[in-house]
Amino acid sequence: MAYEAPNGELFAAGHRGCAGCGEMNAVRQVLNAAGPNSIVANATGCLEVSSTGYPESAWCIPWIHAAFENAASVASGVDAALKSMGKRDGVNVFAFAGDGGTFDIGFQALSGMLERRQKVIYVVFDNEAYMNTGIQRCSSTPYGASTTTSPPGSQSIGESQDKKPIAAIVAAHEPAYTATATIAYHADLKKKVKKACEMEGPCFLHIFAPCPTGWRHGSDTTVELSRLAVDTGIFLLWEMEGGDFNDLKVTKKPPSPRKPVEEYLKTQGRFKHIINNGEEIAKIQALVDEKCKRYGIE
Amino acid sequence: MAEACITIGAVNYEPGSSRNYKTGTWRAMRPVLDQDKCIKCGLCHTYCPDSAVVKAEDRSVSIDYDYCKGCGICAHECPKQAITMVEEEK
Amino acid sequence: MGEKIVIRGNEATAVAAKLCRPNVIPAYPITPSTLFPEKMSEFVADGELDAEFVPVESEHSAMSAAIGASAAGARVCTATASQGLELMHEMLFIAAGMRLPIVMAIGNRALSAPINIWCDHADTIAARDTGWMQFYAENNQEGMDLMINAFRIAEDKRVLTPGMVGIDAFVLTHTFEPVDVPAQSEVDDFLPKYNPEHVYLDPARPITIGSFGTPQYYMEFKYSQELGIQASSPVIDEVFADFEKRFGRKYAKITPFMADDADVLILAMGSMNGTARNAVKRLREEGKKVGVLKLTVYRPFPEEELKKLAGNAKVLAVLDRDISHGYGGAVYADASGVFVNEEKKPMLLNFIIGLGGRDVVIDDFRNIYDKCMAAVEKGGPEQRVQWVNVDFDACKGGA
Repeated sequence: MAYEAPNGELFAAGHRGCAGCGEMNAVRQVLNAAGPNSIVANATGCLEVSSTGYPESAWCIPWIHAAFENAASVASGVDAALKSMGKRDGVNVFAFAGDGGTFDIGFQALSGMLERRQKVIYVVFDNEAYMNTGIQRCSSTPYGASTTTSPPGSQSIGESQDKKPIAAIVAAHEPAYTATATIAYHADLKKKVKKACEMEGPCFLHIFAPCPTGWRHGSDTTVELSRLAVDTGIFLLWEMEGGDFNDLKVTKKPPSPRKPVEEYLKTQGRFKHIINNGEEIAKIQALVDEKCKRYGIE
Repeated sequence: MAEACITIGAVNYEPGSSRNYKTGTWRAMRPVLDQDKCIKCGLCHTYCPDSAVVKAEDRSVSIDYDYCKGCGICAHECPKQAITMVEEEK
Repeated sequence: MGEKIVIRGNEATAVAAKLCRPNVIPAYPITPSTLFPEKMSEFVADGELDAEFVPVESEHSAMSAAIGASAAGARVCTATASQGLELMHEMLFIAAGMRLPIVMAIGNRALSAPINIWCDHADTIAARDTGWMQFYAENNQEGMDLMINAFRIAEDKRVLTPGMVGIDAFVLTHTFEPVDVPAQSEVDDFLPKYNPEHVYLDPARPITIGSFGTPQYYMEFKYSQELGIQASSPVIDEVFADFEKRFGRKYAKITPFMADDADVLILAMGSMNGTARNAVKRLREEGKKVGVLKLTVYRPFPEEELKKLAGNAKVLAVLDRDISHGYGGAVYADASGVFVNEEKKPMLLNFIIGLGGRDVVIDDFRNIYDKCMAAVEKGGPEQRVQWVNVDFDACKGGA
């Protein structure tokens, strides 16, 4: 019998997330879809720090944090332990991490977990930089974005590399299920979480989560920006079972024609240095166009 | 001085104890819900980062001002503009 | 009844672990401890051990998975050495801070650079601050027995502290020795099922472990943790005594040999104790008053026992198979700290010996004894820290 949380909220109020935090909302959406028979192994990051300042905890499910780069290996240990003790059935074992603890330092542990085909649902909450330490660049940071370690200047456009295609890399490991989601499209996200919970092998959910503090936008536009990211094709919503990319399904097509990237870029302070630079905006548009083409989107 | 119990391994046995801290004090703006306009779609409850929108059995919603940080997402997303952000009284 | 078999040190620790019925073994291979994960995976594959063997992709993940599994409520063990132990270094502190009774066998090996796979205590010595209990085996029998004892001590509700058991690289890990293996039923009687109360992950009882500990709380948690490892001291005596009663083999934190009236006492850890005793027997035949103190438990450091056993000697020669660069040997530093304010204290000399697999031989002990007696005559040593059996001339060109 799982514990019954107040108001049924498995991620309780009172946490110290910024007002309008996309990640905190994403966590609520994921857990409300997964239900109380869930255990989370969490990496160091905004989520962990804001939700567990001793003696308070926002978590109404069993939760463990060990270090930054190992959510996947800690979750692997939990999975193996429950299995060995005959307590595995009916329990969702999640690994929660930010883009920092996944794309970069957490990459090895993630790859190992996938390769061992452990029954872990790895959820990356992607706000496109190391936010907890004050907005440093990550391999998840998109081309042109300003961060404290990719600052724009006379010699720099900001982040010089485009986003690492983490979900595609994970899918190439041929896990049970790979999907991308975002907070605005909550029904799509809910469906994908429930699907992952039904799977018998490793699953990966890449959740795009805007950050008012790091991206410099109003705290009230978090959900709107996640919608705009999909509508411009900047973030694509798809899912795939197994490893055959021919089976990849786009679950939410952007409108046709897609909204121009400029509409998205101009909403955020992290792009303000390029918003009047037609050449850079065209570059970003071209990157997005090329990616959409590869995914069969006009 | 440490006020709380020092447990073995710093294990916290109180789920949801974050509720001891009322983040409602952070607010500069407060959401005001016009129940007449509300269609009980539940989007405000879905999109709140802070579990500060409470859904009742009949799907009607209310704001938990103890925790609401005043981010304005609910007002922004409400399809019926049933929520307005007003300045928080001192 | 058990059986007597001839096995390598690695296998002895693996067989010991198997007898302790672990639930989860996350492990990564590294010389010289590789045979441990090999044997554990073999036991699982053959159905001899009902457990989950997790072939993780690095040692850091091995300890991470061990932490996850132990926090989930399972009995967990693993093994590593040298660079592997260093790679998981941050996780060692975390395992201890979370009070998870994980047991780990270490094939004591030197640390790079330069890379060296042979016998040396640098790896576990570098982990002395992590909050893990540390046991050092002299031979394969001790390796096996200390592993079994470690599970029971670690899981004791008064202790709840992880423990590592060191067996010397190649000298023990790869050397065949006869070992008395206890029967499974005997070990089951000695080591009850792991039944954690303080931490297990179950949706029926949600807990948060790995909280953010602010300055308001951190120091109390660290003090509380220190109380835990200090509490292991009497529990170790208790468990060793029970082990002796059941299995007939006696263990102690420090085991004296010909020590009562010794002018010079030699403090040593690991396999070099065998050589030390042989050397001391010969020196005694020459009328020299010398003895050995075998240090088996290094953490918690056995202060009271050392004071009692070495207080009256003229010289305590502390052998370190490690070097804390810029200071001297670590065991020497710890031993010195114990005596610094005592009235009854020996002169303390430090000997750095046997690094990177350099053999420790009988002549070394003769030299050490001579140096100690010279120091007694002169009222102090020429050097506080002396390196044994090193080609100093060859080193003059460099630095």
